[in-house]
Amino acid sequence: MEASTIVFTIGSFAITSVVVTTWGIMFVIGITCWLATRNLSLNPGRLQTMLEGIVTAMQDSIDTIIPGHAQQLLPFIATLWIYIVIANLVGLIPQLHSPTGNLSVTVGLALLVFLSVHWFGIRNDGIRGYLKHYLSPTPLLLPFHIISEITRTIALAVRLFGNIMSLELVALLVLLVAGLLVPIPLLMLHIVESLVQAYIFGMLALIYVAGAMQSQQHFKNDNKGNIT
Amino acid sequence: MSDMTWFTVLSTLGAALAVAIGMMFPALAMGKAISQALDAIARQPEAEKSIMRTLFIGLAMIESLAIYVLVIVLIILFRNPLLEYII
Repeated sequence: MEASTIVFTIGSFAITSVVVTTWGIMFVIGITCWLATRNLSLNPGRLQTMLEGIVTAMQDSIDTIIPGHAQQLLPFIATLWIYIVIANLVGLIPQLHSPTGNLSVTVGLALLVFLSVHWFGIRNDGIRGYLKHYLSPTPLLLPFHIISEITRTIALAVRLFGNIMSLELVALLVLLVAGLLVPIPLLMLHIVESLVQAYIFGMLALIYVAGAMQSQQHFKNDNKGNIT
Repeated sequence: MSDMTWFTVLSTLGAALAVAIGMMFPALAMGKAISQALDAIARQPEAEKSIMRTLFIGLAMIESLAIYVLVIVLIILFRNPLLEYII
C-alpha cells in the first residue's frame, strides 16, 4: 500500500521506482531478443529453440481460442503475457517491487485491452458491423453491453493489482509476525500465483478480443472448445 | 468510550468479519467448480485441455470476488475515507 518512491525528477516530472523497474524489464527483454535473433539459423541453438518453443506455445493457445487469427493477435497477447510474467516475478528479487503491484500500471494494461477490443473488432467487422453488435438481440440490452465493457475492464485491473499487491503484503506481514526465513513458502506461492495471474490476464484479454471479432460471424462448430 | 475508540473497534471488527465471510463463499464456489471439473475430466479425459482452460478462467473470476473483499478491507483499515467526519 505504500506510495511508490520517487527515484529522480525530470523538471517537475517525478520518475517513480515503478517506471524505472519497467524500463529495466524493457531493457532486459529487448537485449535478450536482440541477442537471440541476431543470427537465426535453420538448425537452431539452445536459446533459439527455447524462444521458438515459447512463441509456438503461445501461438497454439491463441489458435485454439480463435482459429485463423493467431498471426493478427499474437503480437498484442504475447506481449501482455511476457511482460506480465516478468513484471510479476521481478518482485521476488530483493529490493525490487513488482510493477504490477501498482494500480496505475494494471489500469494502464487494462485500458490497452479495452481499446484493443474495439480496434480489433472494428478492423474485423467494419465500424457499422461492430457497432451493430451492441444492439444485437434487442436495443434494450445496450446499457448492459456498455456496463459490462466497463466493469470487466475494472475487474481486469483490480484482479492483477489485488493479487500481486496482496502477495507482497502477506509476505511482509508474515515477516513482521514470524522470523527471518518463515515467508519463504509464501514466496514459492508467489511464483505459482505470478504465472497463473499472467496466464489469466492474457487469456481474458484474448477472450474479450475474440468476442468482439466474432460478433458478426456465426459460431463455427469446430469442436475446439470455444469459450466466448 | 470516545468516537475514535468506537471507530477503531468497529472498523477492525468489520474488517475481520468481511474477510471471514467474504473468503468463505468464494472458497465454497471454487471447491464446487474444481469438483465438477474433475468429474468432467474423469468422464471425458480427452477434453482435459479445454476443461482445464475454462476451469482456470472460472477460478480467476471467482477469486477476483475474494480479491475485491481484500481491497475493500485494506481501504477500511488504511485509507478510510469516512475518517475525516470524526476528526
